Amino acid sequence: MLAALLLLAGLGAWQLYTVAGSVDTFILPAPSDVIASLWDDRALLWSNFTVTAREMGVGLAVSLALGVALAVALHESRTTRRAVYPLLIASQTIPVVLVAPLLVTWFGYGITPKVAIVALVCFFPIVVPTLSALGAVDPGQRKLMSTLGASRWQLLRHVEAPSALPALFVGARLSVAVGAIAAVLAETAGSESGLGHLMLQSIPQLETARAFAAVAVLSLFSLALYLGLTLAQRRLLPWAPLRPEGPTP
Amino acid sequence: MTTRTQARDGRPRPASGRTDDGALRLAGVGRSFGAVEALRDVSLEVPAGEVVAVVGPSGCGKSTLLELVCGLQRPDAGTVQAPRAVLMPQGDQLLPWLGALDNAALALRVGGDGRMTRQAARERARPVLAALGLDGFAAVRPAQLSGGMRQRVAFARTLLAGAPVLCLDEPFGALDAITRADAQAWLQDALEAEPRTVLLVTHDVEEAVLLADRIVVLSPRPGRVVADLPVALPHPRAATDPGVVALRQQALERLR
Ligand SMILES: Nc1ncnc2c1ncn2[C@@H]1O[C@H](COP(=O)(O)OP(=O)(O)OP(=O)(O)O)[C@@H](O)[C@H]1O
Ligand SMILES: [Mg+2]
Repeated sequence: MLAALLLLAGLGAWQLYTVAGSVDTFILPAPSDVIASLWDDRALLWSNFTVTAREMGVGLAVSLALGVALAVALHESRTTRRAVYPLLIASQTIPVVLVAPLLVTWFGYGITPKVAIVALVCFFPIVVPTLSALGAVDPGQRKLMSTLGASRWQLLRHVEAPSALPALFVGARLSVAVGAIAAVLAETAGSESGLGHLMLQSIPQLETARAFAAVAVLSLFSLALYLGLTLAQRRLLPWAPLRPEGPTP
Repeated sequence: MTTRTQARDGRPRPASGRTDDGALRLAGVGRSFGAVEALRDVSLEVPAGEVVAVVGPSGCGKSTLLELVCGLQRPDAGTVQAPRAVLMPQGDQLLPWLGALDNAALALRVGGDGRMTRQAARERARPVLAALGLDGFAAVRPAQLSGGMRQRVAFARTLLAGAPVLCLDEPFGALDAITRADAQAWLQDALEAEPRTVLLVTHDVEEAVLLADRIVVLSPRPGRVVADLPVALPHPRAATDPGVVALRQQALERLR
């Protein structure tokens, strides 16, 4: 609610600045120009949106699967943790701007390099909170499971995994935010469609408002995914209330 | 006879041996945590089916004693011989994501051989919860249960673990006086219906006299047995019975 007000205020100030200051619309389009473009270019925006949405969707799914598997593997074995965790950190220092064009030369203009970039960027924010939550299980609950004779697997299945689920959701929400940037970045390295491609094309064509419209579509999509995850968490994990000060739809 | 050396899941547990008569024997047991000596030279023999209350000042090693009996810790000195024993930990330790029924049934779903499916475990757990007066609460999560109800669920889970020895660590410590009296009544009923060997740790000497066949008093840390009082009073006992009052007085004197 407050966020919406703040957004409106920002948009209002922006509109005033561009109209009153008579800024050239190629340099900075007014919000009204962007909204007009959202409507006029809706078919173009939509067809490019579906491409980017697919890249993000598949990339997020891959990073979720890899992230959870890796978190469990690292949690279960100290040796793996010692061996792999430093590499995991190192993987995040790989400059994506450099890797993206490389991946394009390897895999072509298709979806593969985009999915790879999104997954590379997104699996880290999934692994870290999940791994830490798996290890942060209440010692009393561990004691309970061991007096009941639970095996390592049963401890994971009945206690560690459920208690790590809220953290997994935190990670997934973070991933959605960075995943959009990753998808656009991957597209700018080489693609024939997608919102990132559209942005890159629109600016030299002096269609700045269209580029902004593409950004708006992407933001709205990320926001929708974020809210969807929040709602899903509320439904699936009613026992783990979202922090009251946290973002809620 | 299952013993801790031969736990039901087949994994070796720290233990010093088995007993053939189902009795629980501690001989000269000591346990330290670094510089903190929690227990010193504790010897105790509990025949099968006896309910023993363990009372003692805070921090004297009561929880440690139960964990030794349950095989969750090893003694530094002495020996622990025990049949399989299950701990009802201090604080109910219910899993917040499970309803009451699934929390109780957890004891049947984990462990070694012959673990049950969710459905079979629920069917076995249902009557046990019902007997404890939790008929309509099967799906209710711990956060929505009262303190007294949570303790019933935790006790149901402990019973369903199927061990001959139950180690109850201050099961009613967090309850108000009225709920506590009620809890003592259902515990008494449950043990009458299905006798087990019980070690009951409590802060409350009156609770010890009302429920136990015998009261073991521990000294301040390091915990040693300073008194071993038989409670030869018929059930049901009331807090106002002269026998109960006298014994309570006697135990309190040994605690000072
Ligand atoms: N894992 C541990 N590591 C270090 N010290 C411990 C550990 N467990 C227990 N202690 C210490 O041993 C002593 C006995 O602890 P224990 O929990 O057995 O006491 P207690 O009689 O159950 O106390 P309370 O009445 O408060 O529950 C305490 O001083 C405690 O701090
Ligand atoms: Mg204790």
